[in-house]
Amino acid sequence: MVGRARVRLEAALLLAPLLLFIALTFAAPIAAMLWRGVSDAEVRQAFPRTLTALADWDGRNLPGDEAFAALAEDLLAARAAGTLNAAAGRLNSDTPGLRTVVFATARRLARGVEGSPRAAILTADPAWGEVETWGAFRRAGATPTDTHLLAALDLRRSADGTIIAVPEEQRLFRAVALRTVWIGLLVTLLCLLLGYPLAAALVFAPRRLFGLLLFAVLLPFWTSLIVRTAAWMVLLAREGVINQAFLAVGLVVEPVQMLFTRTAVLIAMVHILLPFMVLPLYAVMRQIPRAQLRAAASLGAGPVAQVVRVWLPQTLPGVGAGALMVFIQAIGFYVTPALIGGGADQMLPYFIGFYATQTVNWGLAAALSILLLVGTLLILALFGRFLGLAQFRAA
Amino acid sequence: MSAIGRLLWVVLAAATALFLIAPLLVVVPLSFSSDSFLEFPPPGLSLRWYEALWQSPFWRQAGLNTLIIGAAATAIASVLGTLAAIGLWLAPLPGRRAIFALILSPMIVPVIITAVALTFAFAPLGLAASHWGLILAHAALGAPFVVVTVLATLSGFDRTLLRAAAACGAGPVTAFRRVMLPLILPGVVSGAVFAFATSLDETVVVLFLGGPEQRTLPRQMFAGLKDTIELTILAAATVLIAASTVLLVAARLLAARSARLAGGAAR
Repeated sequence: MVGRARVRLEAALLLAPLLLFIALTFAAPIAAMLWRGVSDAEVRQAFPRTLTALADWDGRNLPGDEAFAALAEDLLAARAAGTLNAAAGRLNSDTPGLRTVVFATARRLARGVEGSPRAAILTADPAWGEVETWGAFRRAGATPTDTHLLAALDLRRSADGTIIAVPEEQRLFRAVALRTVWIGLLVTLLCLLLGYPLAAALVFAPRRLFGLLLFAVLLPFWTSLIVRTAAWMVLLAREGVINQAFLAVGLVVEPVQMLFTRTAVLIAMVHILLPFMVLPLYAVMRQIPRAQLRAAASLGAGPVAQVVRVWLPQTLPGVGAGALMVFIQAIGFYVTPALIGGGADQMLPYFIGFYATQTVNWGLAAALSILLLVGTLLILALFGRFLGLAQFRAA
Repeated sequence: MSAIGRLLWVVLAAATALFLIAPLLVVVPLSFSSDSFLEFPPPGLSLRWYEALWQSPFWRQAGLNTLIIGAAATAIASVLGTLAAIGLWLAPLPGRRAIFALILSPMIVPVIITAVALTFAFAPLGLAASHWGLILAHAALGAPFVVVTVLATLSGFDRTLLRAAAACGAGPVTAFRRVMLPLILPGVVSGAVFAFATSLDETVVVLFLGGPEQRTLPRQMFAGLKDTIELTILAAATVLIAASTVLLVAARLLAARSARLAGGAAR
C-alpha cells in the first residue's frame, strides 16, 4: 500500500514542472516589470555621489558646496561611462527641460573647471540655482520610489517632498483611468441588457432553434478577436457596408464617420464580450426548474411576479459571473480600441503600450500596469466567489 | 408571461443573435468578391483574394508561423498542464489556493501587461523577436485551460482503477499510460484545443514580443488593418473563421464524449 506522504510527494512532483514554468516564463517577468514601477536604476547608477550628498539636504535651501562638487564629479564620470543619456532621460520625464540642463552642464564641465565647482556649475546653467532642479535629482534617485505611481495618478512631489497635483494642462491619467472604468461599465451594462434575453431564449427555445442560437453565440466566441475587430471595421468604414446600406435607402446623403468614434468602440467591444455574459447566464438559468414557474402561477402569481420574484433572483449569480468576466476583460482591451477607436477612446492598456515602446518610459508603463492590475485583482477579490472563468469557456 | 412581453423578448433575443453572427456573415462573402471594394453584396464571386493570400510571401510566412508557434505552445501546455492536473487531483496539497492562483494567473492578468513584461524580461535572454519567446509565452497563456479541462475530466475518474492496475502488477507509468490516459484523453485533447485556440487568437504579445520574422496571422492582420482594408485581410479572416469552426466542433464533440465517460464512471 502506498503511504499518504508518498502520494503527496508524487502529486508535488507532477505539479512542479508547470509551477516552475509559469513562475519563470510568466510570474517572474511580471514581478520584475511591476518592480520598475517603484524603483529607479538610471539616476542612482549615474549620480551615486550626488545622491549621497543630497541625503541630508533639507529641500528648502540650495544644497551645500559638497553637493555641487559631487555633481561635477558624477557628471564627468557618467559622461565618460555613457550612463548619462538614460539618467538625463529619466530626469527629463520628471521635470521637462532637465535633459538639456544636464547635457549642457556636462559639456561645459568637460572643457575644464575653473574655480569652485559651485561657481562653474551655476555659470554653466542657472537652473542649478533653483531648488526644484535638485529636488528632481533626489526624487529620481530614491528606491523604492513613489514617483511613477504618483505620476500615474497625475501627482508629483515638490522639492520639499509634499505631494501636489501636476498642473492642469499636464493632467492625463486620471481622465484615462476614469474613461477605462466608464467604458468597462458601459460595455458590461450593454452586454447584460442584450445577453439576458438571449440567455433566457436559449433555455426556453425549442430544440432546433436552440442549436441555431447556440451556434450564433459560440461561433463568434471562438472566432479570433482580431477577426471580429476586422469585421466591424468592414461594416463601419466610410465606404463600408453600413454606410452603403444607409446611402442606398436614402437615410443619409453622404457617408457617416463611424470608425474611430466611441460608439464604434462600444459596439465592437460589446460584440466581442457578449458571449462571456450569455454563457454563464445560460449555465445558471438552465439549472432553474421550470416547474417553479408553474408552481408560482398555480399559487396565483401573475406573469410579472413569476419572473421578478421567482426567476430573476435565482439568475443573479449568473449576472454576477457574467458581469465580472466582461468587466475585467473590457478594462484590459488593447487591440480593438487601438484599431477602431480615436485618440479620445484609448484606455489604460493603450498608454501602458505607448510608454513601454514609443517613449521608453518603463517606470511610467510599469506604474500604469500596477494601477490596472491592482484594479483587476481588487474587483476579482470583491466579487471572486462568482469566479469560474474557465469552465464557462468550455461551454 | 404576457403576450407582448413574450413577443418583445423573442424579438430582442433574435436581434441580439443576429448582431452576434452578422459581422461574420458579411466578412465571408466579401472575401470571395471579384471586386477590390467593400461592396456588399459583392458584384461577382472569385477566388482572387485567396490567390493573393497564397501567393504573398508575407501571408504564407504568417500562416506558417501561426501553425509552428501554435503547435509547439500547445504541446508544452498540454504536457505540463495534464501532469499538473493529475497532481492536483491526486492529493490535497498545502497551499492549494495559492497554487491555483499561480496556475490561473495567465488568464487573469491583462494581456497588455504580460506582453510588455515579457518583452522586457525576454530581451536580455535573446528570446525577444524569436519563435521560442512566443512559444513559451503562448504555452504559459494556454496551460491554465489544459489544467482546468483535465481536472474536470478527472473528477469523473474512478480512483480504484489505479489500485486495480497496481494489484495486477502495473507500475505507475504503465497504469497512467494504459488505464488513466485512455480515459481522460478527451479532456486532454479538449484542453489542447483550447490552448491552440488561445495561441491562434493571441495578438498583443505577438505585437510587442515578436520581431518581423515572427509575423503571425493576427499580427499580419493588425498591421494591414492599420492601413487600408484590403480584401486579402478578409480572406485571411475567413480562413481563421473556418479554423475556429473546426476547433469549436472538436471541442463540442470532446465535451460530449468526456461527459459520457464521466457519467459512465459515476455509475
